[in-house]
Amino acid sequence: MSSVSENRSSEPWSGFEENLIQGGGSAVIDMENMDDTSGSSFEDVGEMHQRMNEDEEVNGEQDEEQEDPNQDGEFLGMKAFKGQLGRQVADEVWQAGKRQASKAFNLYANIDILRPYFDVEPIQVRSRLIESLIPVRMVNFPQKVAGELYGPLMLVFTLVAILLHGMKTSGTIIREGTLMGTAIGTCFGYWLGVSSFIYFLSYLVNAQITMLQMLSLLGYGLFGPCLVLLVTYNIHFHFLFYALWLLIGGLSTLRMVAVLLSRTVGQTPRLLLCGVLSLLHMSFLLYLHFNYHQIIEGLLDSLEGPHLSPIQRVARDVPELTLNVTGRSLSLLLGNQ
Amino acid sequence: LVVIHINIVRPFAGLSDVSISEDVPVEGDISVPVAASVTEDGFSTLDEPVKETVLRDLRAVGSKFVHVLYPRRSSALLRDWDLWGPLLLCVTLALLLQGGEADSEDRGGPQFAEVFVIIWFGSIIITLNSKLLGGTISFFQSLCVLGYCILPLTVAMAVCRLVLLGGSSTVSFAVRLVVVSASFGWSTFASTAFLADSQPPNRKALVVYPVFLFYFVIGWMILTFAPSQ
Repeated sequence: MSSVSENRSSEPWSGFEENLIQGGGSAVIDMENMDDTSGSSFEDVGEMHQRMNEDEEVNGEQDEEQEDPNQDGEFLGMKAFKGQLGRQVADEVWQAGKRQASKAFNLYANIDILRPYFDVEPIQVRSRLIESLIPVRMVNFPQKVAGELYGPLMLVFTLVAILLHGMKTSGTIIREGTLMGTAIGTCFGYWLGVSSFIYFLSYLVNAQITMLQMLSLLGYGLFGPCLVLLVTYNIHFHFLFYALWLLIGGLSTLRMVAVLLSRTVGQTPRLLLCGVLSLLHMSFLLYLHFNYHQIIEGLLDSLEGPHLSPIQRVARDVPELTLNVTGRSLSLLLGNQ
Repeated sequence: LVVIHINIVRPFAGLSDVSISEDVPVEGDISVPVAASVTEDGFSTLDEPVKETVLRDLRAVGSKFVHVLYPRRSSALLRDWDLWGPLLLCVTLALLLQGGEADSEDRGGPQFAEVFVIIWFGSIIITLNSKLLGGTISFFQSLCVLGYCILPLTVAMAVCRLVLLGGSSTVSFAVRLVVVSASFGWSTFASTAFLADSQPPNRKALVVYPVFLFYFVIGWMILTFAPSQ
């Protein structure tokens, strides 16, 4: 016994030493279990398996320790059906853990693959933002589109923040889910969804544009809507919104259309691509504005009004809503009820 | 005795046969941390009272709070990163934002989970962005800095609740606006002071923008908070 513990203390495993010495009974078993499989008797991993057939081991080990180590496989095969459950469970847990870890690691390691798309300078980003509002009338020669994702990604996040602001001030109610999730879903859904849709269309009509270029183009195209929404969520004039919608929204749409035109050949393909894109882009801005706008939301809220009886709502809502024509007509409507 | 010695030198030889497939070199991986921790520390923290352990961690968190409130260019916040402080601040902020007017009517007020998601998701996005732009800071260091720099905003939230106790008028809104703006500036400045060194000098603006947006959303959430009547 004592020689065994001396040997142990000379090993790098000195951390385990105490445990081994404390369990005197276990140490005896350890001395008996001299074949390779006995190493697991103190380990957590194989514990379950070990518990199941420990008794058999203690009895059978005396004979087996004289045997050739090459018969190890046979010995395991004999034990296999007894400890099969434990081994399977441990194996599966290990495999699942390994898969998860390697997946997370791969994801993190793959960041390097994305790095070229984020290789920009602040000045470049600024000039691209400004360029996104300047349509270029050059249709005969393919216009250059930078394949870059920093600007688009930041613009989408900015749009999410602006949208959150708009939702909050308009008091939007979302039955299932959070405002945050809705805003992120809307913005990323639009960006990725429309990009892939237009890419699919351009693939059909043989336009010269890659998915990366499409993402970058549409992403920078969101700069106009960001500006418009930032202004109109805070200053509530319908006229102002329509003017900005036509001017800034129109400019950013025209820019994208011009790029697509220069990269497509033929009348019908051009009409199809540019028509779809401009329709989607302009209506997206309209949707974002009116869906989360204060007055419209107020209207819907008052008309639904599930919690309170109509009379109470009139008394409470009239002073707020008589600020504009819409509100006045609403109060008349509610007054008639 | 010789036989005994050989078997003990390979104490985990059987492990691969029992539960883990043989292509995985488990032995080496397990042996390193055990030996290293014992030799490095020199003393064991296993038998010390729990109170001491907790107090030591709390003291570490507290010293980092001081670093945030007085952002010198020190690397302590970066070197010994932990996520306890961010968790503490995040939970405090989320709890303080509970019970708002909007919340009670299920109107999409800042719910606990939402605050949590914004803070952690936002930090992760900023971190990934800084990594993509070529920053040399590690993932958790960045998370730690961003989390600790919420401290001024949490303080602002506490102040806002106190101000709101006195009723919500124009004056109280003005006070809250000033407090939240100041703490927003503070948070952005502090996190920039810590993070800027690890970035390539020509791209600092690109890294700072998402940080600015992140703290702006949180600050705006605090400013628009109104308690239920």
